[in-house]
Amino acid sequence: MKQVFTRPESLKDVQTHFCPGCHHGSIHRLVAEAMDEFDIRSKTIGVASVGCSVFLYGYFDIDVIEAPHGRAPAVATGAKRSRDDRIVFTYQGDGDLAAIGTSEIIHAANRGEDITVIFVNNTTYGMTGGQMAPTTMVGQKTSTSPYGRNQAKDGYPIRMAELLAQLEGVAFSARVAVNSPKNVMQAKKMIKTAFRYQVEGRGFSFIEALAACPTNWGMKPLAANERVGSEMIPYFPLGVYRNTANL
Amino acid sequence: MSEKLFVKGNEAVAMAAIEAGCRYYFGYPITPQSDIPEYLSRELPPLGGEFIQAESEIGAINMLLGASATGVRAMTSSSGPGISLKQEGISYMAGSELPGVIVDIMRAGPGLGGIDASQADYFQATRGGGHGGYRIIVLAPASVQEMYDLTMLAFDLSDLYRIPAMVLADSVIGQMKESLTAHPRPQTALPAKEWAVRGREAGEPQNVVKSLYLGDGEMEAFHWKMHARYQELAEKENRWEEVQTEDAKLVVTAFGSTARIAKTAIAMAREAGMKVGLLRPITLFPFPRQAYEAISRNCKNFLTIELSTGQMVEDVRLSVARDAEVSFYGRPPGAGSLPTPEELFEQIKKRY
Repeated sequence: MKQVFTRPESLKDVQTHFCPGCHHGSIHRLVAEAMDEFDIRSKTIGVASVGCSVFLYGYFDIDVIEAPHGRAPAVATGAKRSRDDRIVFTYQGDGDLAAIGTSEIIHAANRGEDITVIFVNNTTYGMTGGQMAPTTMVGQKTSTSPYGRNQAKDGYPIRMAELLAQLEGVAFSARVAVNSPKNVMQAKKMIKTAFRYQVEGRGFSFIEALAACPTNWGMKPLAANERVGSEMIPYFPLGVYRNTANL
Repeated sequence: MSEKLFVKGNEAVAMAAIEAGCRYYFGYPITPQSDIPEYLSRELPPLGGEFIQAESEIGAINMLLGASATGVRAMTSSSGPGISLKQEGISYMAGSELPGVIVDIMRAGPGLGGIDASQADYFQATRGGGHGGYRIIVLAPASVQEMYDLTMLAFDLSDLYRIPAMVLADSVIGQMKESLTAHPRPQTALPAKEWAVRGREAGEPQNVVKSLYLGDGEMEAFHWKMHARYQELAEKENRWEEVQTEDAKLVVTAFGSTARIAKTAIAMAREAGMKVGLLRPITLFPFPRQAYEAISRNCKNFLTIELSTGQMVEDVRLSVARDAEVSFYGRPPGAGSLPTPEELFEQIKKRY
Protein backbone atom coordinates (compact mmCIF):
# COMPACT_ATOMS: atom_id res chain seq x y z
CA MET A 1 0.00 0.00 0.00
CA LYS A 2 1.32 3.43 -0.86
CA GLN A 3 1.60 5.77 2.06
CA VAL A 4 0.21 9.17 1.07
CA PHE A 5 0.16 11.01 4.38
CA THR A 6 2.83 11.04 7.08
CA ARG A 7 3.92 13.16 9.98
CA PRO A 8 6.40 15.85 8.87
CA GLU A 9 9.94 15.12 10.06
CA SER A 10 10.10 18.49 11.77
CA LEU A 11 7.27 17.55 14.13
CA LYS A 12 7.69 15.25 17.11
CA ASP A 13 5.54 12.17 17.58
CA VAL A 14 3.60 13.50 20.57
CA GLN A 15 0.00 13.78 21.57
CA THR A 16 -1.53 17.25 21.24
CA HIS A 17 -2.55 19.18 24.33
CA PHE A 18 -4.45 21.81 22.38
CA CYS A 19 -8.23 21.95 22.81
CA PRO A 20 -10.49 20.10 20.36
CA GLY A 21 -11.05 22.22 17.27
CA CYS A 22 -8.09 24.52 17.92
CA HIS A 23 -6.23 25.48 14.75
CA HIS A 24 -2.71 25.58 16.25
CA GLY A 25 -2.12 21.95 15.25
CA SER A 26 -2.94 22.60 11.57
CA ILE A 27 -0.73 25.69 11.48
CA HIS A 28 2.11 23.82 13.24
CA ARG A 29 1.87 21.16 10.58
CA LEU A 30 2.07 23.61 7.70
CA VAL A 31 5.11 25.31 9.23
CA ALA A 32 6.75 21.89 9.72
CA GLU A 33 6.00 20.90 6.12
CA ALA A 34 7.64 24.10 4.88
CA MET A 35 10.74 23.29 6.96
CA ASP A 36 10.85 19.75 5.57
CA GLU A 37 10.38 20.99 2.03
CA PHE A 38 13.37 23.33 2.22
CA ASP A 39 15.34 20.81 4.28
CA ILE A 40 16.16 23.45 6.88
CA ARG A 41 15.19 21.65 10.08
CA SER A 42 18.79 21.23 11.18
CA LYS A 43 19.50 24.94 10.90
CA THR A 44 16.23 26.39 12.10
CA ILE A 45 15.79 28.23 15.41
CA GLY A 46 12.24 28.76 16.60
CA VAL A 47 11.27 31.61 18.89
CA ALA A 48 8.30 30.78 21.09
CA SER A 49 6.15 33.50 22.57
CA VAL A 50 3.84 33.30 25.57
CA GLY A 51 0.31 31.93 25.72
CA CYS A 52 -0.67 28.75 23.90
CA SER A 53 2.21 29.28 21.43
CA VAL A 54 4.84 28.78 24.11
CA PHE A 55 4.85 24.99 23.76
CA LEU A 56 6.53 25.19 20.36
CA TYR A 57 9.43 23.10 21.65
CA GLY A 58 7.04 20.33 22.66
CA TYR A 59 5.93 19.85 19.06
CA PHE A 60 8.73 21.00 16.77
CA ASP A 61 11.87 18.91 16.62
CA ILE A 62 14.15 21.97 16.51
CA ASP A 63 16.10 24.25 18.84
CA VAL A 64 13.87 26.87 20.45
CA ILE A 65 14.25 30.08 22.46
CA GLU A 66 11.38 31.22 24.64
CA ALA A 67 10.76 34.98 24.49
CA PRO A 68 9.01 37.29 26.93
CA HIS A 69 5.48 38.43 26.10
CA GLY A 70 5.53 40.36 22.80
CA ARG A 71 9.32 40.40 22.47
CA ALA A 72 9.79 37.46 20.11
CA PRO A 73 10.73 39.69 17.11
CA ALA A 74 13.50 41.32 19.17
CA VAL A 75 14.72 37.93 20.44
CA ALA A 76 14.65 36.63 16.86
CA THR A 77 16.60 39.70 15.74
CA GLY A 78 19.37 38.95 18.23
CA ALA A 79 19.45 35.28 17.23
CA LYS A 80 19.47 35.97 13.49
CA ARG A 81 22.11 38.69 13.68
CA SER A 82 24.41 36.48 15.69
CA ARG A 83 23.77 33.36 13.54
CA ASP A 84 22.95 34.76 10.14
CA ASP A 85 23.29 31.36 8.44
CA ARG A 86 20.31 30.06 10.43
CA ILE A 87 16.61 30.22 9.66
CA VAL A 88 14.79 31.98 12.47
CA PHE A 89 11.05 32.18 12.90
CA THR A 90 8.72 33.44 15.59
CA TYR A 91 5.30 32.02 16.40
CA GLN A 92 3.06 34.52 18.15
CA GLY A 93 -0.55 35.04 19.10
CA ASP A 94 -2.61 38.20 18.73
CA GLY A 95 -2.31 39.45 22.30
CA ASP A 96 1.43 38.91 22.07
CA LEU A 97 2.09 40.45 18.67
CA ALA A 98 -0.64 43.06 18.25
CA ALA A 99 -0.84 44.46 21.81
CA ILE A 100 2.20 44.25 24.10
CA GLY A 101 4.55 43.50 21.20
CA THR A 102 3.49 46.08 18.60
CA SER A 103 6.72 48.01 19.02
CA GLU A 104 8.90 44.94 18.52
CA ILE A 105 7.00 43.63 15.47
CA ILE A 106 6.85 46.99 13.69
CA HIS A 107 10.52 47.74 14.17
CA ALA A 108 11.77 44.25 13.31
CA ALA A 109 9.65 44.46 10.15
CA ASN A 110 10.87 47.95 9.37
CA ARG A 111 14.50 46.92 9.76
CA GLY A 112 13.79 44.18 7.26
CA GLU A 113 15.09 41.52 9.62
CA ASP A 114 15.59 38.29 7.72
CA ILE A 115 13.12 36.37 9.87
CA THR A 116 9.71 34.78 9.35
CA VAL A 117 6.82 35.60 11.65
CA ILE A 118 3.85 33.27 12.03
CA PHE A 119 1.07 35.28 13.62
CA VAL A 120 -1.90 33.26 14.88
CA ASN A 121 -4.98 35.47 15.15
CA ASN A 122 -7.85 33.90 17.05
CA THR A 123 -9.36 37.21 18.27
CA THR A 124 -8.72 36.42 21.93
CA TYR A 125 -6.16 35.80 24.65
CA GLY A 126 -6.41 32.03 24.72
CA MET A 127 -4.29 30.71 27.55
CA THR A 128 -5.20 33.47 30.01
CA GLY A 129 -8.86 32.62 29.66
CA GLY A 130 -10.40 34.41 26.72
CA GLN A 131 -9.95 38.10 27.39
CA MET A 132 -10.37 40.84 24.76
CA ALA A 133 -7.50 41.05 22.27
CA PRO A 134 -6.59 43.86 19.85
CA THR A 135 -8.11 41.64 17.14
CA THR A 136 -11.38 40.90 18.98
CA MET A 137 -14.31 41.63 16.65
CA VAL A 138 -16.65 44.55 17.34
CA GLY A 139 -19.51 43.16 19.41
CA GLN A 140 -17.59 40.01 20.38
CA LYS A 141 -18.12 39.05 24.00
CA THR A 142 -15.03 38.03 25.94
CA SER A 143 -14.22 37.72 29.64
CA THR A 144 -13.10 41.37 29.67
CA SER A 145 -15.65 42.65 27.15
CA PRO A 146 -18.76 41.03 28.67
CA TYR A 147 -21.03 43.49 26.85
CA GLY A 148 -19.24 42.93 23.56
CA ARG A 149 -16.32 44.90 22.18
CA ASN A 150 -17.42 48.51 21.88
CA GLN A 151 -15.44 50.35 19.22
CA ALA A 152 -16.12 53.71 20.89
CA LYS A 153 -14.35 52.57 24.04
CA ASP A 154 -12.11 49.73 22.92
CA GLY A 155 -11.15 50.75 19.40
CA TYR A 156 -11.28 48.53 16.36
CA PRO A 157 -9.85 45.11 15.61
CA ILE A 158 -6.38 45.71 14.23
CA ARG A 159 -5.37 44.36 10.80
CA MET A 160 -1.70 43.46 11.14
CA ALA A 161 -1.06 41.95 7.70
CA GLU A 162 -2.19 45.19 6.03
CA LEU A 163 -0.44 47.41 8.59
CA LEU A 164 2.95 45.74 8.19
CA ALA A 165 2.58 45.69 4.41
CA GLN A 166 3.14 49.46 4.45
CA LEU A 167 6.72 49.05 5.65
CA GLU A 168 9.61 49.04 3.20
CA GLY A 169 11.50 46.37 5.12
CA VAL A 170 8.75 43.79 4.61
CA ALA A 171 9.37 41.32 1.78
CA PHE A 172 6.16 39.36 2.14
CA SER A 173 2.94 39.84 4.09
CA ALA A 174 -0.12 37.63 3.72
CA ARG A 175 -3.19 36.48 5.60
CA VAL A 176 -4.35 32.90 5.49
CA ALA A 177 -6.88 30.64 7.22
CA VAL A 178 -7.09 26.88 7.80
CA ASN A 179 -10.88 26.59 8.04
CA SER A 180 -11.38 24.68 4.75
CA PRO A 181 -9.31 22.32 2.57
CA LYS A 182 -9.00 25.07 -0.05
CA ASN A 183 -7.76 27.58 2.49
CA VAL A 184 -5.35 25.02 3.97
CA MET A 185 -3.79 24.49 0.53
CA GLN A 186 -3.51 28.24 0.06
CA ALA A 187 -2.06 28.67 3.57
CA LYS A 188 0.53 26.00 2.86
CA LYS A 189 1.62 27.86 -0.26
CA MET A 190 1.88 31.19 1.59
CA ILE A 191 3.82 29.73 4.54
CA LYS A 192 6.24 28.09 2.11
CA THR A 193 6.70 31.40 0.33
CA ALA A 194 7.40 33.12 3.66
CA PHE A 195 10.15 30.60 4.49
CA ARG A 196 11.51 30.64 0.93
CA TYR A 197 11.97 34.39 1.17
CA GLN A 198 14.09 33.94 4.28
CA VAL A 199 16.08 31.13 2.65
CA GLU A 200 16.73 33.55 -0.22
CA GLY A 201 17.62 36.37 2.19
CA ARG A 202 14.95 38.74 0.91
CA GLY A 203 13.97 40.26 4.27
CA PHE A 204 11.08 40.11 6.69
CA SER A 205 8.21 37.73 5.89
CA PHE A 206 4.90 37.70 7.73
CA ILE A 207 2.00 35.28 7.78
CA GLU A 208 -1.20 36.07 9.66
CA ALA A 209 -3.17 32.87 10.16
CA LEU A 210 -6.80 33.19 11.24
CA ALA A 211 -7.57 30.53 13.80
CA ALA A 212 -10.43 29.16 15.83
CA CYS A 213 -10.47 29.08 19.64
CA PRO A 214 -13.60 27.03 20.38
CA THR A 215 -12.99 26.87 24.13
CA ASN A 216 -12.74 30.60 24.70
CA TRP A 217 -15.34 31.45 22.09
CA GLY A 218 -17.75 29.11 23.90
CA MET A 219 -18.44 27.21 20.71
CA LYS A 220 -18.30 23.65 19.48
CA PRO A 221 -15.37 22.95 17.15
CA LEU A 222 -17.46 22.92 13.98
CA ALA A 223 -19.29 26.16 14.86
CA ALA A 224 -15.96 27.81 15.71
CA ASN A 225 -14.52 26.70 12.40
CA GLU A 226 -17.57 28.18 10.66
CA ARG A 227 -17.14 31.47 12.50
CA VAL A 228 -13.69 31.90 10.95
CA GLY A 229 -15.37 31.93 7.53
CA SER A 230 -18.54 33.83 8.38
CA GLU A 231 -17.22 36.56 10.72
CA MET A 232 -13.45 36.76 10.63
CA ILE A 233 -12.60 36.48 6.94
CA PRO A 234 -15.02 39.31 5.93
CA TYR A 235 -13.20 41.68 8.32
CA PHE A 236 -9.74 40.12 7.93
CA PRO A 237 -9.67 39.32 4.20
CA LEU A 238 -7.32 36.57 3.05
CA GLY A 239 -4.65 37.43 0.53
CA VAL A 240 -1.19 38.78 -0.13
CA TYR A 241 -0.68 42.36 1.04
CA ARG A 242 2.93 42.81 0.11
CA ASN A 243 5.19 40.76 -2.07
CA THR A 244 8.50 42.27 -3.10
CA ALA A 245 8.71 39.77 -5.96
CA ASN A 246 5.88 41.73 -7.57
CA LEU A 247 7.31 45.20 -7.00
CA MET B 1 48.79 45.48 23.20
CA SER B 2 49.79 47.03 26.52
CA GLU B 3 49.90 50.64 25.44
CA LYS B 4 49.01 53.47 27.75
CA LEU B 5 45.90 55.28 26.55
CA PHE B 6 43.95 58.30 27.71
CA VAL B 7 40.26 57.48 27.39
CA LYS B 8 36.83 58.00 28.88
CA GLY B 9 35.40 55.40 31.24
CA ASN B 10 32.59 54.62 28.82
CA GLU B 11 35.07 54.07 26.01
CA ALA B 12 37.06 51.73 28.24
CA VAL B 13 33.90 49.61 28.67
CA ALA B 14 33.42 49.39 24.91
CA MET B 15 37.10 48.58 24.29
CA ALA B 16 37.06 45.85 26.93
CA ALA B 17 33.93 44.32 25.44
CA ILE B 18 35.63 44.02 22.06
CA GLU B 19 38.77 42.60 23.64
CA ALA B 20 36.61 40.10 25.54
CA GLY B 21 35.25 38.80 22.24
CA CYS B 22 31.89 40.55 22.31
CA ARG B 23 30.80 41.21 18.73
CA TYR B 24 27.10 41.94 19.28
CA TYR B 25 25.79 45.04 20.95
CA PHE B 26 22.18 46.17 21.22
CA GLY B 27 21.29 49.49 22.82
CA TYR B 28 19.30 52.66 22.94
CA PRO B 29 20.73 56.14 23.56
CA ILE B 30 20.56 57.67 27.02
CA THR B 31 22.86 60.09 28.84
CA PRO B 32 25.41 59.53 30.41
CA GLN B 33 26.28 56.24 28.65
CA SER B 34 25.83 57.06 24.95
CA ASP B 35 29.59 56.94 24.29
CA ILE B 36 29.31 53.15 24.58
CA PRO B 37 26.86 52.63 21.68
CA GLU B 38 28.59 55.36 19.70
CA TYR B 39 31.96 53.65 20.04
CA LEU B 40 30.60 50.20 19.24
CA SER B 41 28.52 51.40 16.26
CA ARG B 42 31.83 52.50 14.74
CA GLU B 43 34.08 49.63 15.82
CA LEU B 44 31.94 46.46 15.64
CA PRO B 45 30.98 46.36 11.93
CA PRO B 46 34.61 46.30 10.66
CA LEU B 47 35.19 43.34 12.99
CA GLY B 48 32.32 41.43 11.45
CA GLY B 49 30.09 42.17 14.42
CA GLU B 50 26.67 43.73 14.67
CA PHE B 51 25.49 46.93 16.26
CA ILE B 52 21.76 47.56 16.45
CA GLN B 53 20.21 50.72 17.76
CA ALA B 54 17.06 49.10 19.07
CA GLU B 55 13.60 50.69 19.09
CA SER B 56 13.65 50.74 22.89
CA GLU B 57 15.56 49.40 25.87
CA ILE B 58 13.05 46.55 25.93
CA GLY B 59 13.93 45.73 22.34
CA ALA B 60 17.65 45.93 23.14
CA ILE B 61 17.63 43.57 26.14
CA ASN B 62 15.57 41.03 24.21
CA MET B 63 17.99 41.18 21.28
CA LEU B 64 20.70 40.46 23.85
CA LEU B 65 18.63 37.52 25.10
CA GLY B 66 18.28 36.15 21.56
CA ALA B 67 21.96 36.58 20.68
CA SER B 68 23.12 35.15 24.00
CA ALA B 69 20.86 32.12 23.53
CA THR B 70 22.84 31.24 20.40
CA GLY B 71 26.04 31.12 22.46
CA VAL B 72 27.81 34.33 21.42
CA ARG B 73 29.13 37.08 23.68
CA ALA B 74 26.81 40.09 23.61
CA MET B 75 26.18 43.27 25.58
CA THR B 76 23.78 46.12 26.20
CA SER B 77 24.17 49.32 28.19
CA SER B 78 21.95 52.05 29.58
CA SER B 79 21.29 54.32 32.53
CA GLY B 80 18.62 54.13 35.27
CA PRO B 81 15.43 54.85 33.30
CA GLY B 82 16.53 52.45 30.57
CA ILE B 83 17.69 49.79 33.03
CA SER B 84 14.17 49.88 34.52
CA LEU B 85 12.77 48.99 31.09
CA LYS B 86 15.32 46.22 30.70
CA GLN B 87 14.28 44.53 33.94
CA GLU B 88 11.74 42.28 32.25
CA GLY B 89 14.40 40.93 29.92
CA ILE B 90 16.97 40.62 32.71
CA SER B 91 14.50 38.52 34.71
CA TYR B 92 13.91 36.29 31.66
CA MET B 93 17.66 35.94 31.09
CA ALA B 94 18.14 35.00 34.74
CA GLY B 95 15.25 32.53 34.45
CA SER B 96 16.77 31.08 31.26
CA GLU B 97 20.28 30.84 32.81
CA LEU B 98 21.66 33.03 30.05
CA PRO B 99 24.91 34.95 30.31
CA GLY B 100 25.13 38.49 28.98
CA VAL B 101 26.63 41.79 30.07
CA ILE B 102 24.53 44.81 31.04
CA VAL B 103 26.19 48.14 31.81
CA ASP B 104 24.40 50.69 34.02
CA ILE B 105 26.00 54.13 34.09
CA MET B 106 23.86 55.47 36.91
CA ARG B 107 22.22 58.88 36.79
CA ALA B 108 19.84 60.62 39.16
CA GLY B 109 16.35 59.18 39.60
CA PRO B 110 13.64 58.20 40.26
CA GLY B 111 11.75 58.96 37.09
CA LEU B 112 13.53 61.16 34.61
CA GLY B 113 15.63 62.52 37.49
CA GLY B 114 18.67 64.11 35.94
CA ILE B 115 22.07 63.30 34.56
CA ASP B 116 24.12 63.85 37.72
CA ALA B 117 26.06 60.99 39.19
CA SER B 118 24.06 58.79 41.53
CA GLN B 119 24.46 55.47 43.30
CA ALA B 120 20.76 55.01 43.92
CA ASP B 121 20.39 52.04 41.53
CA TYR B 122 22.20 49.86 44.10
CA PHE B 123 19.03 48.14 45.29
CA GLN B 124 17.76 47.67 41.75
CA ALA B 125 21.05 46.11 40.66
CA THR B 126 21.83 43.91 43.65
CA ARG B 127 18.32 42.70 44.51
CA GLY B 128 17.58 41.34 41.06
CA GLY B 129 15.55 44.33 39.92
CA GLY B 130 12.90 42.37 38.06
CA HIS B 131 10.37 39.80 39.18
CA GLY B 132 10.90 36.32 40.50
CA GLY B 133 13.64 36.36 43.14
CA TYR B 134 16.88 36.09 41.21
CA ARG B 135 20.28 37.77 41.50
CA ILE B 136 22.77 38.96 38.94
CA ILE B 137 26.52 39.48 39.23
CA VAL B 138 27.22 43.18 39.94
CA LEU B 139 30.68 44.73 39.55
CA ALA B 140 31.44 48.30 40.63
CA PRO B 141 34.45 49.95 38.97
CA ALA B 142 36.07 53.02 40.54
CA SER B 143 38.44 54.02 37.73
CA VAL B 144 38.76 53.98 33.97
CA GLN B 145 41.19 51.07 34.30
CA GLU B 146 38.60 49.14 36.28
CA MET B 147 35.91 49.97 33.74
CA TYR B 148 38.11 48.02 31.35
CA ASP B 149 39.18 45.22 33.69
CA LEU B 150 35.79 44.59 35.27
CA THR B 151 33.88 44.68 31.95
CA MET B 152 36.17 41.92 30.76
CA LEU B 153 35.69 40.01 34.01
CA ALA B 154 31.91 40.46 33.71
CA PHE B 155 31.91 38.47 30.46
CA ASP B 156 33.91 35.63 32.01
CA LEU B 157 31.92 35.40 35.25
CA SER B 158 28.66 35.60 33.33
CA ASP B 159 29.69 32.73 31.05
CA LEU B 160 31.12 30.70 33.92
CA TYR B 161 28.00 30.90 36.10
CA ARG B 162 25.34 31.41 33.39
CA ILE B 163 24.09 34.46 35.26
CA PRO B 164 23.73 37.92 33.65
CA ALA B 165 26.45 40.31 34.85
CA MET B 166 26.11 44.05 35.38
CA VAL B 167 28.83 46.67 35.39
CA LEU B 168 27.48 49.32 37.76
CA ALA B 169 29.19 52.70 37.51
CA ASP B 170 27.99 56.28 37.57
CA SER B 171 28.36 59.29 35.31
CA VAL B 172 31.55 60.40 37.09
CA ILE B 173 33.35 57.17 36.18
CA GLY B 174 31.65 56.92 32.78
CA GLN B 175 32.47 60.44 31.68
CA MET B 176 35.90 61.05 33.14
CA LYS B 177 39.13 60.50 31.25
CA GLU B 178 42.21 58.94 32.76
CA SER B 179 45.01 56.69 31.74
CA LEU B 180 44.26 53.12 30.78
CA THR B 181 46.60 50.23 30.15
CA ALA B 182 44.70 48.06 27.70
CA HIS B 183 45.58 44.38 27.83
CA PRO B 184 44.41 41.14 26.26
CA ARG B 185 41.71 39.07 27.91
CA PRO B 186 43.17 36.68 30.46
CA GLN B 187 42.82 33.17 29.04
CA THR B 188 40.42 31.81 31.62
CA ALA B 189 39.11 28.31 30.95
CA LEU B 190 35.38 28.46 30.41
CA PRO B 191 32.88 25.67 29.91
CA ALA B 192 31.59 25.08 26.35
CA LYS B 193 28.12 26.46 25.76
CA GLU B 194 26.52 23.13 25.06
CA TRP B 195 23.12 24.50 25.99
CA ALA B 196 23.13 27.10 23.20
CA VAL B 197 20.49 27.17 20.51
CA ARG B 198 22.18 26.83 17.13
CA GLY B 199 20.03 24.54 15.03
CA ARG B 200 20.68 20.83 15.35
CA GLU B 201 22.01 18.02 13.24
CA ALA B 202 20.34 14.60 13.17
CA GLY B 203 20.76 12.76 16.46
CA GLU B 204 21.71 15.82 18.46
CA PRO B 205 19.51 16.57 21.46
CA GLN B 206 17.06 19.44 21.22
CA ASN B 207 18.24 22.60 22.96
CA VAL B 208 15.55 24.81 24.45
CA VAL B 209 16.34 28.08 26.20
CA LYS B 210 13.37 28.73 28.45
CA SER B 211 12.22 29.93 31.83
CA LEU B 212 8.79 28.28 31.98
CA TYR B 213 8.56 25.49 34.54
CA LEU B 214 5.13 23.93 34.90
CA GLY B 215 5.96 20.39 36.02
CA ASP B 216 5.51 19.36 39.64
CA GLY B 217 8.43 20.67 41.68
CA GLU B 218 10.38 21.88 38.64
CA MET B 219 10.22 25.53 39.60
CA GLU B 220 11.20 24.86 43.18
CA ALA B 221 14.14 22.76 42.01
CA PHE B 222 15.21 25.59 39.70
CA HIS B 223 15.18 28.07 42.58
CA TRP B 224 17.29 25.82 44.80
CA LYS B 225 19.73 25.20 41.96
CA MET B 226 20.17 28.93 41.38
CA HIS B 227 20.41 29.55 45.12
CA ALA B 228 23.33 27.10 45.28
CA ARG B 229 24.96 28.89 42.36
CA TYR B 230 24.60 32.27 44.10
CA GLN B 231 26.22 30.75 47.18
CA GLU B 232 29.09 29.41 45.12
CA LEU B 233 29.53 32.91 43.68
CA ALA B 234 29.55 34.37 47.18
CA GLU B 235 32.28 31.93 48.23
CA LYS B 236 34.52 32.21 45.23
CA GLU B 237 34.03 35.47 43.45
CA ASN B 238 33.77 38.28 45.92
CA ARG B 239 36.29 41.06 45.40
CA TRP B 240 37.19 44.13 47.36
CA GLU B 241 39.97 46.62 48.01
CA GLU B 242 41.36 47.48 51.43
CA VAL B 243 43.44 50.54 52.22
CA GLN B 244 45.16 50.81 55.61
CA THR B 245 42.58 48.70 57.45
CA GLU B 246 45.13 46.75 59.56
CA ASP B 247 45.35 49.26 62.40
CA ALA B 248 42.17 51.23 61.62
CA LYS B 249 39.92 52.48 64.39
CA LEU B 250 37.44 53.69 61.80
CA VAL B 251 36.82 52.03 58.44
CA VAL B 252 35.19 54.08 55.74
CA THR B 253 33.32 52.01 53.19
CA ALA B 254 32.09 53.16 49.80
CA PHE B 255 31.97 51.86 46.22
CA GLY B 256 32.75 53.38 42.83
CA SER B 257 33.29 57.11 42.48
CA THR B 258 32.54 57.80 46.15
CA ALA B 259 35.38 55.52 47.25
CA ARG B 260 37.83 57.70 45.30
CA ILE B 261 36.82 60.82 47.20
CA ALA B 262 36.88 58.84 50.44
CA LYS B 263 40.47 57.77 49.72
CA THR B 264 41.58 61.41 49.68
CA ALA B 265 39.68 62.07 52.90
CA ILE B 266 41.37 59.07 54.52
CA ALA B 267 44.79 60.36 53.48
CA MET B 268 43.89 63.66 55.16
CA ALA B 269 42.86 61.76 58.31
CA ARG B 270 46.11 59.76 58.35
CA GLU B 271 48.02 63.03 57.92
CA ALA B 272 46.21 64.27 61.02
CA GLY B 273 47.32 61.15 62.90
CA MET B 274 43.96 59.35 62.81
CA LYS B 275 43.90 55.61 62.14
CA VAL B 276 41.34 55.44 59.35
CA GLY B 277 41.09 52.83 56.59
CA LEU B 278 38.98 52.13 53.54
CA LEU B 279 37.05 49.06 52.49
CA ARG B 280 35.78 49.27 48.93
CA PRO B 281 33.53 46.48 47.64
CA ILE B 282 34.28 45.70 43.99
CA THR B 283 31.63 43.01 43.69
CA LEU B 284 28.29 44.30 44.99
CA PHE B 285 26.70 40.94 44.30
CA PRO B 286 28.13 38.82 45.70
CA PHE B 287 28.70 41.33 48.52
CA PRO B 288 32.12 40.76 50.12
CA ARG B 289 30.74 39.84 53.53
CA GLN B 290 33.90 37.96 54.50
CA ALA B 291 35.92 41.18 54.31
CA TYR B 292 33.50 42.97 56.65
CA GLU B 293 33.38 40.02 59.03
CA ALA B 294 37.15 39.88 59.22
CA ILE B 295 37.76 43.60 59.66
CA SER B 296 34.95 44.04 62.17
CA ARG B 297 36.65 41.55 64.50
CA ASN B 298 39.15 44.30 65.28
CA CYS B 299 37.54 47.51 64.15
CA LYS B 300 34.09 48.28 65.48
CA ASN B 301 33.44 51.57 63.77
CA PHE B 302 32.27 51.79 60.16
CA LEU B 303 31.20 54.80 58.12
CA THR B 304 29.33 54.10 54.88
CA ILE B 305 29.28 56.81 52.24
CA GLU B 306 26.99 56.75 49.22
CA LEU B 307 25.50 59.06 46.59
CA SER B 308 22.03 58.18 47.86
CA THR B 309 20.08 58.25 51.11
CA GLY B 310 21.52 54.86 51.95
CA GLN B 311 21.28 51.51 50.22
CA MET B 312 24.59 49.63 50.44
CA VAL B 313 24.66 50.53 54.14
CA GLU B 314 22.08 47.77 54.67
CA ASP B 315 24.49 45.16 53.31
CA VAL B 316 27.26 46.61 55.46
CA ARG B 317 25.09 46.28 58.58
CA LEU B 318 24.28 42.68 57.66
CA SER B 319 27.94 41.84 57.15
CA VAL B 320 29.79 43.32 60.14
CA ALA B 321 30.15 41.74 63.58
CA ARG B 322 27.18 42.30 65.90
CA ASP B 323 28.96 44.72 68.19
CA ALA B 324 30.25 46.91 65.35
CA GLU B 325 28.70 50.28 64.75
CA VAL B 326 27.74 51.37 61.24
CA SER B 327 26.99 55.02 60.53
CA PHE B 328 25.99 56.58 57.25
CA TYR B 329 26.70 59.73 55.34
CA GLY B 330 24.89 60.23 52.03
CA ARG B 331 24.60 62.81 49.33
CA PRO B 332 21.69 62.00 47.03
CA PRO B 333 22.17 63.32 43.50
CA GLY B 334 21.74 66.95 42.57
CA ALA B 335 23.79 69.49 40.67
CA GLY B 336 27.15 69.77 42.40
CA SER B 337 26.20 67.45 45.23
CA LEU B 338 29.31 65.27 45.10
CA PRO B 339 30.93 65.36 48.54
CA THR B 340 34.35 66.98 48.73
CA PRO B 341 37.28 65.29 50.51
CA GLU B 342 37.15 68.05 53.14
CA GLU B 343 33.46 67.35 53.73
CA LEU B 344 34.16 63.63 54.21
CA PHE B 345 37.12 64.40 56.46
CA GLU B 346 34.72 66.38 58.68
CA GLN B 347 32.40 63.37 58.81
CA ILE B 348 35.35 61.12 59.72
CA LYS B 349 36.41 63.47 62.52
CA LYS B 350 32.88 63.48 63.95
CA ARG B 351 32.85 59.69 64.21
CA TYR B 352 36.47 58.94 65.03
